[in-house]
Order: sequence, then structure tokens, then C-alpha cells
Amino acid sequence: MTAYFIQAFIYLCAAVIAVPLAKRLGLGSVLGYLIAGVVIGPIIGLVGNETNTLQHFAEFGVVMMLFLVGLELEPRMLWDMRNKLIGLGGLQIGLTTLVITAAGLYFGLVWSVALTVGLIFALSSTAIVLQTFSEKDLAKTEGGKNAFSVLLFQDIAVIPMLALIPLLALPELIEKAQSIAGQAAEHHEELSLVAGLPGWTYGIVLLLAIAIVVVGGHYLSRPLFRYVANSGLREIFTATALMLVIGIAALMSLVGLSPALGTFLAGVVLANSEFRHELESNIEPFKGLLLGLFFITVGAGIDFGVLASNIGPVLGLTAGVMIVKALVLFGLAFIFKIKNSDRWLFALSLAQAGEFGFVLLSFTVQNHVIPSDLAQMLSLVVALSMFLTPGLFIFYDKIILPRFEHTENDREADEITEKGTVIIAGIGRFGQMVNRFLRANKIETVVLDHQISQVENLKKINVKSFYGDATRPDLLHTAGIEDASMIVIAIDNNERAVELTKYIKHTYPKVKIFARAFDRGHHFELKLAGADFIVSETYHSALELGKEALISLGVHPFKAEQKKATLRELELCYKDSLYEMWKTNSEDSKYNTHFRDLFIELETAISKAMKSEHFDEQAKVERGWTPPPKGYEKKINEDES
Amino acid sequence: MPEAKKKILVLFAHPSQERSEVNKPLFAECQQHGDVTAIDLYREYPTFHINIDKEQQRLTEHDVIIFMFPFYWYSTPAILKQWQDLVLEYGFAYGTNGTALKGKQFLCAITAGGGENAYKQEGFNHFTIRELLRPMEQTAFLTGMEYLAPFVLFGARNAVEENRVHEHVHQLHTLLNALSNNKLDIEQAKALPQLNKSLATLIQA
Repeated sequence: MTAYFIQAFIYLCAAVIAVPLAKRLGLGSVLGYLIAGVVIGPIIGLVGNETNTLQHFAEFGVVMMLFLVGLELEPRMLWDMRNKLIGLGGLQIGLTTLVITAAGLYFGLVWSVALTVGLIFALSSTAIVLQTFSEKDLAKTEGGKNAFSVLLFQDIAVIPMLALIPLLALPELIEKAQSIAGQAAEHHEELSLVAGLPGWTYGIVLLLAIAIVVVGGHYLSRPLFRYVANSGLREIFTATALMLVIGIAALMSLVGLSPALGTFLAGVVLANSEFRHELESNIEPFKGLLLGLFFITVGAGIDFGVLASNIGPVLGLTAGVMIVKALVLFGLAFIFKIKNSDRWLFALSLAQAGEFGFVLLSFTVQNHVIPSDLAQMLSLVVALSMFLTPGLFIFYDKIILPRFEHTENDREADEITEKGTVIIAGIGRFGQMVNRFLRANKIETVVLDHQISQVENLKKINVKSFYGDATRPDLLHTAGIEDASMIVIAIDNNERAVELTKYIKHTYPKVKIFARAFDRGHHFELKLAGADFIVSETYHSALELGKEALISLGVHPFKAEQKKATLRELELCYKDSLYEMWKTNSEDSKYNTHFRDLFIELETAISKAMKSEHFDEQAKVERGWTPPPKGYEKKINEDES
Repeated sequence: MPEAKKKILVLFAHPSQERSEVNKPLFAECQQHGDVTAIDLYREYPTFHINIDKEQQRLTEHDVIIFMFPFYWYSTPAILKQWQDLVLEYGFAYGTNGTALKGKQFLCAITAGGGENAYKQEGFNHFTIRELLRPMEQTAFLTGMEYLAPFVLFGARNAVEENRVHEHVHQLHTLLNALSNNKLDIEQAKALPQLNKSLATLIQA
């Protein structure tokens, strides 16, 4: 037990020191993790043997990441991507494999080994690339989107590769293995449902497993989440989310499919769910930590001994692989009309080998396809190329982008600047009206509410909304508050509305806050907390009813409208001074605040003010269309003559 | 010592700016000009509740007043009429002690849908622009302002297609410069049917 604690502490400690440092130096978190790994592994030697086991465990971070990626991707969007997915992804793998296989043959490898190496290096690192995209905000760029389709196709392509590689086994390696006797066989036999099944039954089992994920995700998840959400226990929701992801990963491994692909599919199925943001915010921290751990193990796993003795070939191979991959990608970008800086981003971001390379390498060694000394060297190449990737991103940021930014920004500014999303917190009667109005005017909104019944009602009338407590920072984060231009706060709990205002003002000062106040006191509290626009929920409706009452009692409608305007202007005149009064009052009696008394006082003050200045004020505000004094015509005529 | 610059107030009235092709660039030109206060009335008073004090204050602070608008039914868009009804009060703009506007210069910068040929006795609209703007002229007279000929773009509906907008905006720029630097021949500008045609000759070195 003690050993575990110490090891966990070492890993965490390395991450805590290295990652913020790397981020501050502008290197990005991935490089920070990698460096932390190198330091605690090969350099200081604090960790050693367990990194390999740990890496398998940490690969689960990739599975979670693909689940989250799936959540962001509605089925329709996936369908729209199909051409790019197959065309771009297929060509990338095909061409890269071809070039690298040819190079392998040239250097005297057997064709089967050369092909395997080609396949291994055709893959890129989903983990590093997607993590860096989201960190640098590149996921929505044209280059980022195309890179994502390629990565997705690669993840799918791993499955047929796993099927193909055993067929490429080298006879002499098999003989050698057989002479060591059959102990290896039982070692690598994994738990599987499909071992030894004939082809057609295997196919049926596969389809069944996928059907379980899709149909179950669509029909069973909602009642399950609702049941859990109604319990109101946050940790149980987290447990449910984890259960779902782990369960799907288990199912997929059992039938021999990629867990990452399975959870990605589940993510896509749940992308339309009202629980999407809640799921995201629950899985996100696990994903982040596991991915970090994964990067550390990559760094720690670099074998400096092997590296030192093969430094020339390893460096040469790494450079060769990355250049070949980048050239192929660059060519594809040209064919698929990815332009300017996006073309560079696409080519540079995917130029490394990926974590599936490790998986395939150990798999090929098991299946006697590649001799293990070559595999050891190749895995160094994979690790090194991953290590160099953050450097390529920095190169893109510092050298490529500035060059294109200049020409791209030359274009005249668009008429309507980016609108950004509006987050609506609380979708009761008030929030609903706001939401309907904004959406009718083509403003993108994200609606959050912590009452599941409310969210379900809205779903019925086709309003997109999500379950979750809007006052939770992590949920706001997954709802996209960083990119939002505004949040509308219409939640029923007064104190929490104020807290939320304070939090957003403090953490995201650029986001505008439009808040609904319950009464005048609440109004002032929100104002003090920093809300940009506040409206009291009953104010306008009460005024409207008052106006209609006047009309009904015989006042001319136009006059009644003017009276209403007068009242509003009077309120405006006094608002600031009342606010100041409220502020000093509540400060004086910090520990004994009789808010109610204070507001009665305020109301008296305002009505008194209205009465006392009734004549002047009213006359002033209501002037307009005042005719000249009687007899004025005569005066003018006198002046003229 | 050079004479102090004149301060110009542009009151712009256009209720559907998303459709505007000419007035929008014109107004943008005004907003950029250092000596101009450019007010978008529909933006400032979307409910037509015009703040009389504020508007009177603005008038007092400026030397040249320009109404800028598309010509609607031979008159101004509604808010500009509302503005006149409310702001030009007895005792401020006219009547006893109503001398706040005395000596200021006033002109209309308008865009008209019809071509110039439509605005004459034999034309479709029977009157010239200057004639149709008589209410403005008399308002200026009653309030003691110098009324300058209007600055007009005819055939505004096709101005973009015929590449006339740029030239017109440039003319406005020249006019605003001349006004603020007091280089415009006021006597001549008062007498013309419209300012555009002979703008160059109006500007004194």
C-alpha cells in the first residue's frame, strides 16, 4: 500500500510541477507531461517497471476522450463528415503505408515486416492532437476539423489492422517461439467472448454489440439518467457516467472491438441528450488526469539505453517518418482544398506516430510479425515523434500562423460580428420567453436547468435544453461559457443567482450578464455583484396592467402610454441614488440587516419623492407637443410689422 | 489667428438600416469625422420617447445642424418629425426668448428614390426637391437659422449598381470639411437648388 502512495505521489508531483511550468513557457500541457515523465523515469529513475502496466491503464483516458468527442458530435454531423472521413482518412492511411512500406523494402526489410511498419506509422496520436486542439482552441478551424476526421478514421482502421497483422507472421519467428514452448500462449490469452467463434457468428456478435450500444444509448440511458438525477445525489450521477463508459469499453473489449470506438459511438448517440453537459462535466476530470498519466508514461517509457546505442538510426527514422507523414498530409490537404494556415495545421499536427503504435507494436511482437529488437527501436521512434509534436504546434503558432494572419485579416470585416452563444440559466416561465425570443432571432442558445421535469417538458416542444445545476463552474464550462458572449440568469434561487453573477463576473469578465431580479433588493444585490442588465420580473407587466387600467377608466390610450413612460423615467431618475442609499445602509448594518425594513423605507422614499415633485417633474417629463401660449400669433405679427 | 472650427450635429433618421445602401455609408462617414457629432435617432430612441432636454442641449452645443434621412413621402421619416414636434419648443426655438438656434446653419442631406428628372414641374413628382423641402426652410427661418440648399443623391435605389455611392460619400466628406472650417460660401449655398452640383465652386480657398 505504501509503495502505491509513494508512486502516485511521485507521478502527481511531477505533473503538478512540470505542467504549469510548460504551460507558462507556452509549450502546452502535453509537452509538460512528457517532460515530467522523462524526468521521473529515465533521468532520475524514480519510477521504472510499472510504467508499462500503467500505460495500458492510462490508455483508458483515450477511450474517455473519444466518448467526450462523440458527445460533441451529433449523428447528423457525423453523417455530413462521411466523405472526408473515408476519402481523407482512407487516403492518408493508404498513401502513408505505401510510402513507408516502400522505404522499408528499400532498406532491405522483408515485405511483411515493411508493410506492418507502414501500417503502424500511418497512425497518428489522437490523444496528443485532440488535447492540443482543445487547449489551443483549434478544434473548430478547417485544419482542425479535417485532422479530426483523419484521426477518427484511423481509430476505426485499427480494427482491421489487428485482424490483418497475425496473417503476416514470419515463419522463422514462429519456429523460434515454438521452441521456447507454449507458455507464452496462455500469457497473452485475454478474456474474450468471441475466441474460437466461426466468422459469421463473430459478425453477428459484433453487430449485436454495436446494436446494444446504439439502441441502449438511445432508449435506456434517458430513464436511467432521470432516475439517478431525481435522487439529487451528484456523486451517483458521476458513478453512472463512469459506469456507462467503462461498461461500453468492457463490452467492446469482450467482442474484440476497439473500446475507444465503442465509447465514441455511445457519445454520438448521447449527443442529443439533455444530459450531455452533465455527462461531459463528470467525465472531463477523469479524462484529463488519465490522459496526463498516459503522456507521463510515454515520457517515462523512453529507454535511454537503447536510444543511446541506436541514436543515429532512431533519430533518422523519426525524422524520416515525420517528414513522410507531413508530406503526404500536405499533398492531401492540397487535393482536398484545405487552404492557407489550415493546410499547415493539418499537415503538422498529424505528422507523429500515435499511441495505437505502441499497441500494434506489442501485438506484432506477440504474433511474431516483427523481431523484438526492431520493435523496441520502432517504439522509441513512436515515442520520440510524439515528443516532438508539441514542438510542431509551437512552430505552427509562432512561425506559420503569423504569416497567414496578416493576409487572412486583410479582408474587410464582416457586417455582423460573431454572435457567440447565449447561455440561459433557468428555464422557468421567464427563461422560456427569453429563449424563444432569442432563438426566433437566430441566436444560438444553450439552456440549463436543474429540474429534470422542466427540461423534459421543453424537450416535448422541441426546445434544446440540458439538465444540470447552472451554478456549478464545471457545468458552465462544458456549456461553453468561455466562448459565450452572454449569460441570462433566470434561476429561481435568489442567493444563488447573486453568487453566480459574482462568479462569472470574476472568472469570465468578458461574458455579459443579463439577470432577472425578484424584487428591488435583489435587483440591487445583482447590480452590486456586477450584472450588466437587470430587470425586475414583475416591473414591466405591472406597469402594463396599470396602463390598461387607466385606459379602461377613460384615459386616452396615447396619454396613458405617456403616463407609463413618465413613471419609468421617474424610476430611472431615482434609481441611482436609491442604490447608493441601499449600499451604505447595508454596509452600516452588516450584521443586522433588516432588508425588509430597508426596502419599505426605500419604497416610501420613492413614493414621497414622486408626490413632492409631482408638479415640476411630471410637467417636465410630460412636456412635448406643448402648444405656444395663447395670443402668441398676435405677438409675432407685432414683431414683424 | 485661425477661426475656431464649427461644430456639426448630424441627426440621422433611418428606420430600416439593414436595408440601407447609401445612408449607412453616409452616416459612417459622419461618425468618422472629427468635427461631427453623429446621432442615430432610431438607435437612441427606439420607443420614440425623445429626451427633450438632452436634444436641446445638443443643439445649443453645435453650430451647424444637419438632418440626414431618406426622403419618405416628400418628408422626413416619422422620428425626425417627432423630434421637431418635441424639441423645437416655444421659448427655446421660437417665440419670446426662443433664440437658442439663432445664427446656426441648417441643411438637409437626403437621398431620393426618383431620378433628378422626376423632381421638376414636368416630372413625375411635379416639384423640385428644394420646393418640397419648404417646410424645413420655413422652420429654419422661424428659428432664425441660415437655411442652406439640400445635399441630395437622386436615384438612390440604383446608386450602388451604378457605382455612385463612393463619389457621393466623398462629396459629403468635402462638404463637412468646408462647413467645419468655415470655408463654404454661405450666401451662394443658400441660393442654389442643391449643393452637390457646384460644390467645388462653393468652397473658398
